[in-house]
Amino acid sequence: MFPTPIEKTPRSWQLTYQSLLPLALIMWLLPLIAVAIFSIKPASDFTQGNYWGMPSSFELFANYGQVFFNSDMPRYMLNSVFITVPTVIGAVALSCLAGFALGVYKFKSNIWIFFMFVAGNFVPFQILMVPVRDLTLDMGLYNTKTGLVLFHVAFQTGFCTLFMRNFIRALPYELIEAARVEGIAEWKIFWYVVIPLMKPAIAALSVLIFTFIWNDYFWAVVLTQGPESQPVTAGITSFNAQFRAAYHLMSAGSIVAALPPVLMFFLMQRHFIAGLTLGAVK
Amino acid sequence: MTDTPAQQVAAPQRSWYKRNEIAVTPWLFLAPAILFFAFYVIWPIYQSIAISFYDWDGLGEAQYVGMANYVELMDDSAFEVSLWNNLKWLLFYLLAIPGGLFIALFLNQTVTGIRIYKSLFFFPFVLSQVVVGLVFSWFYLPNEGLLNGVLGLVGLGPVNVLGDPTMATYGIIAAGLWPQTAYCMILYLTGLNAVDPEQIEAGRLDNAKGWKMLWYIIIPQLKPATFIAFVVTIIGALRSFDLISIMTNGGPFGQTRVLSFYMFEKALSEYGFRMGYGAAIAVVLFLIMLVFIAYFLWSMWSEEKRR
Repeated sequence: MFPTPIEKTPRSWQLTYQSLLPLALIMWLLPLIAVAIFSIKPASDFTQGNYWGMPSSFELFANYGQVFFNSDMPRYMLNSVFITVPTVIGAVALSCLAGFALGVYKFKSNIWIFFMFVAGNFVPFQILMVPVRDLTLDMGLYNTKTGLVLFHVAFQTGFCTLFMRNFIRALPYELIEAARVEGIAEWKIFWYVVIPLMKPAIAALSVLIFTFIWNDYFWAVVLTQGPESQPVTAGITSFNAQFRAAYHLMSAGSIVAALPPVLMFFLMQRHFIAGLTLGAVK
Repeated sequence: MTDTPAQQVAAPQRSWYKRNEIAVTPWLFLAPAILFFAFYVIWPIYQSIAISFYDWDGLGEAQYVGMANYVELMDDSAFEVSLWNNLKWLLFYLLAIPGGLFIALFLNQTVTGIRIYKSLFFFPFVLSQVVVGLVFSWFYLPNEGLLNGVLGLVGLGPVNVLGDPTMATYGIIAAGLWPQTAYCMILYLTGLNAVDPEQIEAGRLDNAKGWKMLWYIIIPQLKPATFIAFVVTIIGALRSFDLISIMTNGGPFGQTRVLSFYMFEKALSEYGFRMGYGAAIAVVLFLIMLVFIAYFLWSMWSEEKRR
């Protein structure tokens, strides 16, 4: 293990390390801690210039109540859910199919199709912006959740296919060959042999894509406007315009908007990190 | 199992699909993904390149202007600023890699509660860039911001990071580094977990310590993690849009624009809908990215061949 395990170091460094850890963490999360404190302060603290002192009263319920019952926030959150969940299902489904095809079969254009997905996944959004916006307008899907979902599914399929294909490549190929010898149809091999083995990959990808799509801002601005279809990332800017300079409310709003992916991360941490670090180890 | 006569007769007349199953199946499985991807990603790239040769407001008739959009870019000082800022982003964003490695080394211990520390250090990556942008713009506020509160304690004057044309871009990059460093950290933590303990022992026997050990024994073994860290950091640097849009909206005096933001501004904002000109900017950004994409694909390809 590197660096030297702390148990094997001098007592003095052990103590320093133990006290350094919480300090470093507080420094690292300082901007966030500040926002969390902002969100429980009363409005009067800001007008009186008490930005960094203790909150003069504890207003957690009042501030968050305001966000939940007196703004468009719940609406934006719901929109985000209706955009994110179908995208996760769509992109994971498409990429399971494509990843299976690219991971199991040998045919000439295999690597080129794979590279097309990889390259497309790295492309800057801006080169797609004008045509995709036009396409969406032409299909009558501008400012709808469907329009956003369809695009997200297509774009995320690039990354997901890369992920799934590499995962399937690492599975023991003998299993598939054995199934073929038994004369099992190819789609049955996919459904009964490969899919059950892919469960960890499906879980990891779902959590990742959920976070990516929930946090998307660019496409939300390009393809939607207004509370009827905008997700929370775009909605938070209108929310902030509504409560300009009311830092306690803006902070509470931001925390609410950030919460679902944060919860997802802490609940599904193992899958999340397994997904992010796939390929980081040989 | 014995074959019945009926099966023996049926065998040569299996359906076309049955006979070609191995060749056809991959295409059936690929079809939906390829269709979606071609429709929403591949085709639009071609269209954008085509649009960049037109003068078009997005509604009326498009007018073919040849290279005129690109010629105009050459003299556009805002374009030049954006290009320089993109370079700054690329360079300074890479700090996330050594930063992430440093934190990973710091946290790669087995004291009690270290798992919670690791996940809390990683936590900023899960936040959306919009929230990161908001959090940091409040952090930087000239009077109310925590940064100036802390600076005030050590007797340094108040700075208006986002209001200062020379400082603003660095301020935004610093905000971007926060989640990106967290990402690199988690990559390295996973990599460090897989470092071969025997090589470390061998290194210790050869008296390799500290930096030498890190440089000659640990870092070479972290190569796969470093490669991924490079890929995601470069892509992230060139994609920077959300933070700029939230924190400064391109200002002050347009000094924090980057290509991706300037393109959006030209094509879709209140300054008018110049789709052709915007597409030309996007093409330039795409070409820059293409250099990196080609390199990434090349590395992946040589990796595949070695298997």
